[in-house]
Amino acid sequence: MTETPTLEVRNLRTHFFTRAGVVKAVDDVSFTVPRGKVLGLVGESGSGKSVTGFSVMGLVDPPGRIVDGQILFKGQDLAKLSDEEMRKLRGNRIAMIFQDPMMTLNPVLRVDTQMIETVLAHEKVPEAEARARARDALGMVGIPSPEERLKSYPHQFSGGMRQRVAIAIALLHRPDLIVADEPTTALDVTIQGQILAEVQKLAATTGTSLIWITHDLSVVAGLADDIAVMYAGKIVEQGDVGEVLDHPLHPYTHGLIGSVPSRNRRGEPLRQIPGMTPSLLSLKPGCAFRARCPRAQEDCAEMPELHAWMPGRLARCHHPHLEPREEAA
Amino acid sequence: MSASLAEHAPRTFSDTETPMVELRGVSRRFAKKLDLAAKLARKLGADVKEEVVHAVDKVDLRVRKGEVVGLVGESGCGKSTLGRIVAGILPQSDGEVFWKGQEVGTLTGEAARQSKLQRQMIFQDPYASLNPRMRVADIVGEAPLVHGLTRRSEFDTYVDDQMRRAGLDPAFKRRYPHQFSGGQRQRIGIARALAVQPEFIVCDEAVAALDVSIQAQILNLFMRLRRELDLTYLFISHDLSVVEHLSDRVVIMYLGRVVEEAPTETIFRRANHPYTRSLLDSVPRIENRKRAFTVVKGEIPSPLNPPTGCHFHPRCPLAFDRCKAEAPALREVAPGHRSACHLNDAA
Amino acid sequence: MSVALQTPAAPVRDRVETPFRRFISEFAESKLALLGLAVFTVIALVAILAPWIAPQNPYDLAVLDIMDGRLEPGARNGADDMTYWLGTDDQGRDMLSAIMYGLRISLAVGAGSALLAAIVGASLGLLAAYVGGRTDSAIMRVVDLQLSFPAILVALMILAFLGKSVMNVVIAIVVVEWAYYARTVRGTALVERRREYIEAAQCLALPTHRILFRHLLPNCLPPLIVIATMQVARAIALEATLSFLGLGVPITEPSLGLLIANGYEYMLSGKYWISFYPGIALLVTIVSINLMGDHLRDVLNPRLKK
Repeated sequence: MTETPTLEVRNLRTHFFTRAGVVKAVDDVSFTVPRGKVLGLVGESGSGKSVTGFSVMGLVDPPGRIVDGQILFKGQDLAKLSDEEMRKLRGNRIAMIFQDPMMTLNPVLRVDTQMIETVLAHEKVPEAEARARARDALGMVGIPSPEERLKSYPHQFSGGMRQRVAIAIALLHRPDLIVADEPTTALDVTIQGQILAEVQKLAATTGTSLIWITHDLSVVAGLADDIAVMYAGKIVEQGDVGEVLDHPLHPYTHGLIGSVPSRNRRGEPLRQIPGMTPSLLSLKPGCAFRARCPRAQEDCAEMPELHAWMPGRLARCHHPHLEPREEAA
Repeated sequence: MSASLAEHAPRTFSDTETPMVELRGVSRRFAKKLDLAAKLARKLGADVKEEVVHAVDKVDLRVRKGEVVGLVGESGCGKSTLGRIVAGILPQSDGEVFWKGQEVGTLTGEAARQSKLQRQMIFQDPYASLNPRMRVADIVGEAPLVHGLTRRSEFDTYVDDQMRRAGLDPAFKRRYPHQFSGGQRQRIGIARALAVQPEFIVCDEAVAALDVSIQAQILNLFMRLRRELDLTYLFISHDLSVVEHLSDRVVIMYLGRVVEEAPTETIFRRANHPYTRSLLDSVPRIENRKRAFTVVKGEIPSPLNPPTGCHFHPRCPLAFDRCKAEAPALREVAPGHRSACHLNDAA
Repeated sequence: MSVALQTPAAPVRDRVETPFRRFISEFAESKLALLGLAVFTVIALVAILAPWIAPQNPYDLAVLDIMDGRLEPGARNGADDMTYWLGTDDQGRDMLSAIMYGLRISLAVGAGSALLAAIVGASLGLLAAYVGGRTDSAIMRVVDLQLSFPAILVALMILAFLGKSVMNVVIAIVVVEWAYYARTVRGTALVERRREYIEAAQCLALPTHRILFRHLLPNCLPPLIVIATMQVARAIALEATLSFLGLGVPITEPSLGLLIANGYEYMLSGKYWISFYPGIALLVTIVSINLMGDHLRDVLNPRLKK
């Protein structure tokens, strides 16, 4: 790959300095998102997936702080930018979609006001053109009769429509990168399906790169090109989405996929991962998963490196599932 | 686990015995009454109306002893309201609820209390469903003590047993809910419900708020408890894969009405109603890679102002004139398989 | 069948973190609130211990010497066996002792009436929220009516009707203040009663009084505590106002308000201390309570929780 990737994160560490101690929410995370590709960032609550997204956006608030690492956006290190420079990029070249669309939308302003303001904040264009852009963006995310809907207030939209408007706002400047943090988690299945279809179409046609943060492996399976699985602040497995989901290397990924009901025989006990996610405050040295891991051995007391066990297939494990591939369910 | 395969084989239930729970024509309306100011405004010609939501609209439902019935639907379909009516928390506006053949409204005194205690509920939110100011021992043991299922002298042993059964270490019974993780809180909720020795459990999105790896643990707990205590479940969920995994029978709701019900296998192999089919198509599956997501058109209408006729007609790819005018009745299309769609008449 | 036990996350220290302990540690975060607490503790101790630590019993007319009237701070008494550190009033009463005893009355009236008002108001508010419908409307319309009259006016009318006594002042303040508690508790209870733990309690067929007082009330306490703290300060001020206007406590048991009123006429003739020091005592008391109350509001407001 000779082209500069849209985003390259190298050894990112974002720590929170709380009263109870230092929480290493993101600890040595590296990944690359090429142009027009979708990276699925998967993890459970407390895995650091959202903080990773917020770090890329430069939206980490005290007591949190990026303590180390580079966030190279088309070659430019975002971690070194001033707040002012970051603000110019944000909403323009990089946009974010939240789980709650009301994080983006102002409840007391009409949609057109908000969208036109967003356009004018970064570009000097006549207002009529800004309005036209807003209307096109609404149309692009599948909102019927966008001209009329522009005049509505956010509360006049349903949850799914609100999320579409938030996505439309993110698209206004044709950003190079969108960070989406669980944007469909709160939505109903049929509405989620609609939005995923729109996003899929957009990624394919606009060349925008996406980081799709979610806990839902099934969503990533259909949407992403690559997948990175996070556990306790670190990426434990990374690679092509099909490869990882069909032949997971890391026991955690393996367990996660195994516990999905459709991967089990109906009515039989689900293959469960025992125990629970460790508190980031009391992490012991070594592999964070070893207390729950069926394959753990003594050497797991030492933190494994993220190692390329196969071309393009990284796993942070001393004893990955390298056996002959038999268990594609 | 040493359970044999036979135990997990789909069970069959006879239709002749008295169902454990039966609903007949149950409706629940929520009305937003006009206050004084609104009444005045209306007198002056303002456009204010009393708003009535038909959360549940003439629903018939039977759950037989030992059965797991999955109740599926999207937001606003009334599944949670229905669950609360079944659990006896919410009164119905119309219709009758039968517990073991007896109309619940006619029960009094001890019989009424027994029927209520035997129907328990597990809630969705493991944070809001536990009283934050009570210790775990009291959360679990309060009701058994009040209802005389245990005595002060046996209280500790009783609570320990209940906690252990739900997979909790009794050593932590002096703690408060905020000191537990989401999965453990859900176990506390399960221990609390089982402590009054119920026969019937309503699970309202009981695993929806949990992490994937914890969901599997709780689902396994539900299945183990069902076997050990011979429980009957009404399992409410929006997650079709969860429902498919543990239900014997599935009921699909849309905007307050039941649109289809059938044994689980049938629903997932040969769904009849167009809504069920589009629901099944919309579910992202881990097996589907980089595949175009299939799409049902349109939004879920507001339950305040549902479409005429069949509620699904504006989104239905197969809708015809009759669907706009007339609400289809729930009819048997095969033994044990009922669906509410006009297309079945045409065929 | 063996049961695999789930071990909760190993606690760093096995100390049960009760909601109360957490509250204490959060309260201790504000230096200003701690200062308020410290000052208030001293004031409360002085008030409680007044009979033992006051230099003189100001109610005992036998020890008063009219010849010592209106002496300035630091003066010695006629017999030259004690110093009037804060001067004397026109009866020759030691101001320091009078203030200590006055604090007793003021604090007792303030705390007592706030507590009574809290019990009455919280019960009615809880009932209104839980039962709803007509009961709710009836209670809340009375609250609206109550709150639309100026507090001082209502209190004055009640006292004019009932006559002067410490008990009647308490009654007047309770009548004026219960509505604040009722409204606050109803608001919180309306939110709390929709939560799933109340539904769970209903599902377990627990008796209504148990749901109300064991489940609903404890979760409505935080705003109640904040209001109660502020209302103690308000009650003390109200009592002082009533006494100042001559409708409060009887002259034989002077509270701070009455002491201020007594010295008022001498204010302009340079004998400031008769009103001034009771005034300072009143001010410090109210400010110390409000310092605590302000921080309590921050600590107990779930919306401000990180």
